[in-house]
Amino acid sequence: MTDQAVSHQEGAAAAAPSTAQPASQPSGLDLVGLTKVFAGGTVAVDDVNLHVDHGEYVVLLGPSGCGKTTTLRMIGGHEYPTEGDILLDGQSLVDLPPHKRPTTTVFQHFALFPHRTSLQNVEFGLKMHGVSRTERRAEAMKALEMVGLETLHDRKPGALSGGQQQRVALARVLVTKPQALLLDEPLGDLDRLLQLRMRVELRELQRQLGLMFIHVTHNQEEALSMADRIVVMNDARIQQVADPLTIATKPATEVVARFMGDNNIVRGKVTQRDGDRLVVEDEQHVKASVHAPGARHAVGDPGMIAIRAAAVTVDADGSTAGELNSAECEIVFVEFLGDLVKLHLVAGGERMLAKVGAEEYPRLRGREGERIRISWREEDVQLLDS
Amino acid sequence: MIETMASAAAPAARPQDTVVRREIKQRRDWAKWGLAVYFALFLFVLYIPMVLMAILSFQGSTGQLTFPFRGPFSIDWWRTLWDTNLFNTIADDVSASGRQSLWLALVAGVLVALFGFSLSMAFRRRWRLKGDVLAFYILMLALMTPAFLVGLGNQLLWRYMGETPSLWYTALGANVIWGIPFSFLVMLAVWNRYDRHVEEAARDLGADGPTTFREVTLPLVWTGIFGSFLFGFTLAWNDFDRTILLQNGYQAQPLPVLIGTWPQSRPILPNLYALGAGTTAVTLALIFVVLIAVTLRLRVRGAPVRRVEEEFGEEVGGSLDVAGTAELTKK
Repeated sequence: MTDQAVSHQEGAAAAAPSTAQPASQPSGLDLVGLTKVFAGGTVAVDDVNLHVDHGEYVVLLGPSGCGKTTTLRMIGGHEYPTEGDILLDGQSLVDLPPHKRPTTTVFQHFALFPHRTSLQNVEFGLKMHGVSRTERRAEAMKALEMVGLETLHDRKPGALSGGQQQRVALARVLVTKPQALLLDEPLGDLDRLLQLRMRVELRELQRQLGLMFIHVTHNQEEALSMADRIVVMNDARIQQVADPLTIATKPATEVVARFMGDNNIVRGKVTQRDGDRLVVEDEQHVKASVHAPGARHAVGDPGMIAIRAAAVTVDADGSTAGELNSAECEIVFVEFLGDLVKLHLVAGGERMLAKVGAEEYPRLRGREGERIRISWREEDVQLLDS
Repeated sequence: MIETMASAAAPAARPQDTVVRREIKQRRDWAKWGLAVYFALFLFVLYIPMVLMAILSFQGSTGQLTFPFRGPFSIDWWRTLWDTNLFNTIADDVSASGRQSLWLALVAGVLVALFGFSLSMAFRRRWRLKGDVLAFYILMLALMTPAFLVGLGNQLLWRYMGETPSLWYTALGANVIWGIPFSFLVMLAVWNRYDRHVEEAARDLGADGPTTFREVTLPLVWTGIFGSFLFGFTLAWNDFDRTILLQNGYQAQPLPVLIGTWPQSRPILPNLYALGAGTTAVTLALIFVVLIAVTLRLRVRGAPVRRVEEEFGEEVGGSLDVAGTAELTKK
């Protein structure tokens, strides 16, 4: 798992465009021990450490209230950190007001200026940076052309649809040539069809620009589809930082496993240990082995594992009876979703979930109440930090 | 056999094929009528006193202060308001008082808008002050204070402090202070619909605090500030209770005071009604003009969105030209 993550990060760094600097010069954005405590004592962000390279697409993912937006707002300068530092290429940003930071934000509801036309919205940043009227007009018009809105340049935001507003918001921030683009739930206001389309467009745009994008969302699918790296946050803290594949298949903690969904979480005891290989068993005799290098668990310790629902297979003949990495379950509900089947199961008292291909549906249809055997491979079991 | 087949082929009379015509009774919507009558009645008692005054101001030269209407219909009583050549003219008083009232109301309106606006800033969600709820209710309480007592108390206070009441000093002050809570209420409603993220966006795009205020905040809330001004203006324009107690007799009196003290100083004639109707008409006209202006402005704003076509139509609002954008920003 770690190998994968590391190689992926290296890949992303290598793909980053010509921002390469002398090795001695720190490059990219660093959050160092970033903490925000609001008046009243609410800890919104607790000791967040993160490095983001130029050209990297990082998604901060977590449930609402987990501190992801506050983190983003601190980077943009809209909140002042209680503790810690924000460094861009080694320079601290903390004491700079938002208008002096080389970052710009695409706000959740776009925050377009309702009293200005799209063109005036886009040229605002240039105006503030002292670009002459004719020059900024031309440049803003060009930016609008690029997002396909040149014909609507004299419309005010109220007369634009959600997707068009989104594009104006993007054009508006991009003309100021920021070094890092911060996006606060940028797709949250769009309907689903448009969301799917903007995901691809946004990601493509970022690739072309080679810009650092930091994107905040609570939508797992969005994060998995767009990110180079995902930062899962919960309760003001970072839970896991990894590439999407690792987050989806190898959750590090129970919180991540639950938040990403479709994981079977089994609490039990370590009953055997053979080098890096542990066997975890719960009271219902779900027995799973897991390869966990570096785990400090001893035999008898409590252990928690996650088994991906998609990795669970149904045994047609019950040949796995009594074997490791298998369990006997009762089918509660067979849910057909078109391209796959969700099997809701109960093993002992524990609810479990299996996702199998749609081709299994004829075999499973109408078998609620029956007992079947399921199994999985050791590679698909993940030991969780509790 | 053949018969039965033939009868089967023939369209049988099915119960669902017969059209049943029922008498449809036109129901009267009594609730609607009742409410309409109620509303009309309400409007009647709301405006009839002013209308009656206005009617009596158009009497002929033998006009009295009460009905019946003594004809012929004329504007003679109105002419006494401005024509100095008439024997019973009050034109001098009216023009002096009118000017005094206008200036007082204008100044009060400006001050009320200024103070109410700055006060409301403290209640914006971003910088909620401690105890803001309590402060809010205390401010609202000022709306309910009995006007005459406030005037009296003010007079006592100034006399105690050795100050002589004067229109531009004590009366203006009392009017401004009275108007501030109204303005505050208007501004709160404005801030409630205000998305503060636009300010953050402006900051992000390179605007400093004052520029953001000038370029973004003010243009978005000026209607509220103007509404505050109108409140301050009309309150001061119409105020009698406070002003009468907080001015002195040496200055020209504002119109409401002129009207209110009329019986003590002059014979009461229908031109009093003309004056009253005129003063009211100014207030109503002002509000009317503003409403029309605001409505026109709103109508001019932007065409409606034809959502789907624009969203996915390729010529309007099509997809991002990704390569092109890259070129632009790299340059």
